[in-house]
Amino acid sequence: MSRNGSIALIFHTFFVIFMVAPILVVCLVAFTPEGYLSLPTNGFSLRWFRTIADYPEFINAFWVSLWIGAVSSVVALLFAVPAALAIARHQFRGREALSALFLSPLMIPHVVLGIAFLRFFTQAGLSGTFIALLIAHVVVVFPFALRLTLAAATGMDRSVEMAAVSLGASNWTLFRRVTLPLILPGVVSGWALAFIQSFDEVTMTVFLAAPGIETLPVRMFLYIQDNIDPLVTSVSASVIVITMLALILLDRFYGLERVLAGHSDRGR
Amino acid sequence: MSFLELNRVGKRFGEHVAVEDMSLSVAKGEFISLLGPSGCGKTTTLQMIAGFMDPTAGSICLNGRDLTSVKPAKRGLGIVFQSYALFPHMTAAENIAFGLEMRGVPRAERDVRVREALAMVGLDGYADRYPRRMSGGQQQRVALARALVIKPDVLLLDEPLSNLDAKLREDMQIELRQIQRNIGTTTVLVTHDQTEAMALSDRIVVMSKGRIEQIGTPHETYERPASPFVSHFLGKTNEFQGEVIRRAGEALLVAGSCQWPAPVGPSGPVTITVRPEKVGFDSGSGNGVKARITNRIFQGNHWLFQCETECGPAIVVRQNTGEAQPAEGENVCLVWRAEDMGIRSVGGAS
Amino acid sequence: MSTSASVTAAQESAVPAPGKQERSGARAPWPLLLPALILFVAVVIVPLAMTVLLSFHNWGQYTGIEFVITLKNWHEIWSDPYFYEMFARTFRIAGLATLIAALFGAPEAYILNRMRAPWKGFFLLIILGPLLISVVARTLGWALLFGGNSGLVNKALMAVGVIDGPIPFMFTEAGVVIALAHVMMPFMVLSVWAALQRVDPQIENAALSLGAGQMTIMRRIILPQIMPGVLSGGIIVFALSASAFATPSIIGGRRLKVAATLAYDEFLNTLNWPLGAAVAVLLLVALVLIIVGSNAIIERRYSEVFR
Repeated sequence: MSRNGSIALIFHTFFVIFMVAPILVVCLVAFTPEGYLSLPTNGFSLRWFRTIADYPEFINAFWVSLWIGAVSSVVALLFAVPAALAIARHQFRGREALSALFLSPLMIPHVVLGIAFLRFFTQAGLSGTFIALLIAHVVVVFPFALRLTLAAATGMDRSVEMAAVSLGASNWTLFRRVTLPLILPGVVSGWALAFIQSFDEVTMTVFLAAPGIETLPVRMFLYIQDNIDPLVTSVSASVIVITMLALILLDRFYGLERVLAGHSDRGR
Repeated sequence: MSFLELNRVGKRFGEHVAVEDMSLSVAKGEFISLLGPSGCGKTTTLQMIAGFMDPTAGSICLNGRDLTSVKPAKRGLGIVFQSYALFPHMTAAENIAFGLEMRGVPRAERDVRVREALAMVGLDGYADRYPRRMSGGQQQRVALARALVIKPDVLLLDEPLSNLDAKLREDMQIELRQIQRNIGTTTVLVTHDQTEAMALSDRIVVMSKGRIEQIGTPHETYERPASPFVSHFLGKTNEFQGEVIRRAGEALLVAGSCQWPAPVGPSGPVTITVRPEKVGFDSGSGNGVKARITNRIFQGNHWLFQCETECGPAIVVRQNTGEAQPAEGENVCLVWRAEDMGIRSVGGAS
Repeated sequence: MSTSASVTAAQESAVPAPGKQERSGARAPWPLLLPALILFVAVVIVPLAMTVLLSFHNWGQYTGIEFVITLKNWHEIWSDPYFYEMFARTFRIAGLATLIAALFGAPEAYILNRMRAPWKGFFLLIILGPLLISVVARTLGWALLFGGNSGLVNKALMAVGVIDGPIPFMFTEAGVVIALAHVMMPFMVLSVWAALQRVDPQIENAALSLGAGQMTIMRRIILPQIMPGVLSGGIIVFALSASAFATPSIIGGRRLKVAATLAYDEFLNTLNWPLGAAVAVLLLVALVLIIVGSNAIIERRYSEVFR
């Protein structure tokens, strides 16, 4: 294949700068030694990272995010794996409609979901509870868990299962020893993508959050609404670094493209 | 008079040598095949002729003109790709018209020539079909028409039939040869399929590891392979260990219990080669390699025998003429005519 | 990077056909489906229905939500030019962000696809990676870059001589559009990238051998083939931009309202839930119509060519 020309490479350079600049500037400003927003021209300082410790609401929000993300992704998979196997394996009336329903949280704007959940959980007497936030996150990450599991289940060679059955495997043994190990990569990357989605979600969560059960992005968002100072940049920089590390690990073990594939046609 | 000339062409990718010191001259109107296993450099050679790759050594001339610095778009070669590389968003007619359009051929003439090209490949009535709605064979024909409609100096075919099933491939071979004969375009075919190369070409270039092993007509390369590689790559060959003994006044070729007068040539330990279909059974006369039939396989138009001989394993192919054939376990003598036998000294060429 | 084919495979497998050996018309495997179905009926369909219902309720400053059925909220949205202006702004911002994403994302995907082994994977990570980084953090970055009149973007533009004085980005539509284009860009690159994976790698050589120049190849061969990718990427970017919340809220500020931020205000500041619900329902309906409509058009346009 022919190489890119010089015009293409110049374009590419500007494009990469455009994509990286806002992320880079957050990370740089976080290291400022000054008391106000500025690039660290007079040396790097960790003072604003140390300051995070004085703000327990950020630390607390981080733990809430971690718990919500981990638990909601697992719960979503508990619902999604059987559903994915059913959709991948069986032809039945309403199959398309059911898939559309299960993928619908991708198409419904999160602001609408937030409003709907707020109304629903208020009526149900659950507003402002951890369980409400958890259920809402299960719904929002469900399509990602479903889609990657579905891709794995569809790509699986069915004759392997037939072979296991012919050798005398029972239903449960078949699932535990053959099916699950084969779809496991899809399930794990489904979990990872679901976790990241939950960890990043802000639009819907901002409607359900209450003091003490705010997720980290919501806490950051509400803080920025009031004012932007180096503290929130150091928090953001920490989030960026943690995400990058997760990203690199994910790319190593599963291939980033596979995980991102779950993203590729959200609008549909 | 050579039309397309490769002069000591070489291609290296870093340390890896893909093609080395390749010289070849193709006459006008000739159909030539580059034959070899994958990785032998045949596709690289084609890519260099097409201009998609630059040779790292040597030159390529077309009709006396050096092609080396000519851009692929200006070489005026017609290429049929292994994947066909049809433009999926254009109909068959639009695909075929594309090259003419690039050459600024006026609309009216274009339409006529596209219609002729479609007719030539037997696709009249398919002008407005999109490639995805056509079978593999039909797509193949569109690709061929698209390459030929620009009246190229040379037609390059890169494994054009490898994506077709066996029956269709045979039909297309005959048709391809017919079309090429009719219009007389100089053609270079790249293939790993020896029957395809033999069926289509005037001459075959057998390649291995970036080098030419032999250039010759299909008959020559099959009957008189220049190297062990060629004899194995083109069909099956039996090999027996023997020895040429030269004494004063006589020369004898000995293998097992039989012997022949030895031709001029090597002496000492030799390898005797003979094609399975040239071997016959003889139960009486005596001068033959003693063998026992271990396996007899019926393959419709012929029988295949696997034998254990005094000089090692061998296979024999006999036409199914309806005559009785030896059974499994039977002891036989394998005989062949002296001229059907190849001799080369061990470790060397013939 | 793993094989690029996986993107395509997963993209096409939204509702893949089951194995041929299955009997069609067989009974649904309810034990497997029921848990997820119950979850969705209880926590998606019911809340959405309640929201639609809510938009027909009345609200008073002192009475709160009144459980009557009225068209008051809908009438207010229909008749008050404030809402018209707000929705127009929402879709204008989304449209421009989509346009920028397409104009820059599609060529970039093409360039990426032509890169060689280590660089390809590296830059793909750089460009798609931000997708997984918190939207709040990315938008904060733009707020820092725009940062009033002395922001870095203005300094850079003035240094290059493109502009004479600083132009305001914070609290303007331009700023929101740029930040949104950045946030949504990976979706466009990903979508065009997936389309490029389906292009025969020999096709450019084929065009070249027929005498086509670089520009002709781009315009006549590559562009038509990646167009479905650009369009479906465009739908994704448009839908997400039109319902974006954090970015317009941070860059646009309190005055430059879009649908999502207005609905948020009605719910959590004004506390006029029925009106907020009406705005949200209208946004949902508009987006569903746009997505379904344009998908249908794209499919009709390309069904012949790309199945």
